[in-house]
Amino acid sequence: MHALVAVDLHVIWQQVFHPHNVFFRTLWATVYISVVAQAAGVLLGLLAALARMSRFAPLRWLSGVYVWVFRGTPVLVQIFYVYFAFSWPTLHFGFWTVPDAAIAGIVALSINEGAYMREIIRAGIDSVDRGQMEAAKSIGMTYGLAMRRIILPQAARVIVPPLGNEFNNMMKTTSLVYTIGVFEMFAFAEQNYSQTFIADYFLAIAVWYLFLTTVWTFIQAYIERRLSVSERGDELSFRERLQAAWNPMTSWARGGGG
Amino acid sequence: MSDVVMHAEDVHKSFGRLEVLKGISLEVEKGETVCIIGPSGSGKTTFIRCINHLEKIDSGRIEVNGQLIGYRQRGDRLVEDSERNIARQRTQIGMVFQRFNLFPHKTALENVIEAPVHVLGTPKEQAIGLARSLLGRVGLGDKLDTYPGKLSGGQQQRVAIARALAMGPSLMLFDEATSALDPETIGEVLEVMEELAQAGTTMIVVTHEMGFARKAAHRVVMMDDGLIIEEGPPEHFFEEPTHERTKQFLSKIL
Repeated sequence: MHALVAVDLHVIWQQVFHPHNVFFRTLWATVYISVVAQAAGVLLGLLAALARMSRFAPLRWLSGVYVWVFRGTPVLVQIFYVYFAFSWPTLHFGFWTVPDAAIAGIVALSINEGAYMREIIRAGIDSVDRGQMEAAKSIGMTYGLAMRRIILPQAARVIVPPLGNEFNNMMKTTSLVYTIGVFEMFAFAEQNYSQTFIADYFLAIAVWYLFLTTVWTFIQAYIERRLSVSERGDELSFRERLQAAWNPMTSWARGGGG
Repeated sequence: MSDVVMHAEDVHKSFGRLEVLKGISLEVEKGETVCIIGPSGSGKTTFIRCINHLEKIDSGRIEVNGQLIGYRQRGDRLVEDSERNIARQRTQIGMVFQRFNLFPHKTALENVIEAPVHVLGTPKEQAIGLARSLLGRVGLGDKLDTYPGKLSGGQQQRVAIARALAMGPSLMLFDEATSALDPETIGEVLEVMEELAQAGTTMIVVTHEMGFARKAAHRVVMMDDGLIIEEGPPEHFFEEPTHERTKQFLSKIL
């Protein structure tokens, strides 16, 4: 009986292997929103981590309040507030248009992400031996130069694995911006579903999300390998790193998608 | 007294309620090697770290090449200098640490050229030439592209010495540079230090190596409980120490 077949193979086949141009535009939206929001989130997290370690107390407090507020409230609430409380421009780059809602979404996601990245970056900096800063100072480096040339490159080895996990989460969390009207991958599925009542559109985009996160797993393993090159003799092979990144037990969990 | 490189005057330093330096005065002249010895907890490491302002002194003054270290005179008060000025002063003062503190993400050569290139702005080619000759001088001409993790302790410490020398400092500080080494690699580091001393490098050496102090030092300084209690040329110092505490310390360690 047809009704018992839960999976509409035609829809899956078409969406996964022969998607329409419209679909690719939404895939691209998911990708660029994730990448830009994550990059800005790392930057914000770095600034907040440095502020947290500042000798100037108000900066430390500011950093604390930032993390407290943005980790303590739902990201969906933040997205709505950022979108409706401010007016955002629509940006045009030649053929490519970034609507105001996408910009609001990126802003909200990156501010939220920065609060998580702060702790990750701080842990990375803390993991670098204190003697490194002293050695850098003893050869005449200022704090800023020592951070940039000596401390952060070493902290990166500790930061990148959880950062990769954050980005994995980010790609999935971007689906929330559909709620403020960004036409990204989830919105595409939702729109098609509401017109056809074929739930397999959701299954199809699940395959695409899985594709994105899988590609990222490979990229992350590659980056980690590059960072650890020659630090010591017992480094992991590419395959071992891949397995580690793959295994949810070994990756850092922060619980849920944001 | 024109050739004084380091001048310390009544230096005091406390960590919380614990007074570690209780008024240290010391002068080191150009070309001189001064060894500071004494029991642990006597304040020798703290004192040497004050000389390049890794520790802030509470009172007194330290000058290197006639320049007040870490502070600026404002009226009759001393205020801490700007970070940039302190960094500039440190380029004059090389330091070798007990635990090497090489940059693990950089090769031996990269460790040595780091500060000349990024602090002094030396052209990279020129810095590499200098680094090659310095690493050759410490006997590591064949380890230029090796990362610290693949070097023995003694080799790492020799890279660290080359890294400090690369800035062309007028004063070298050695903070128990051989204390963290395996016995078999101590010798190679001491050899390099002796060679530097003979070549006329101005050095302040905190050490437990009495053999080195006897052989290479021009002057030995004994510290105990935050004070310098005795100083003199090694012949006198080791043969006929006057202070009871020094006798006691030497009899235990020799």
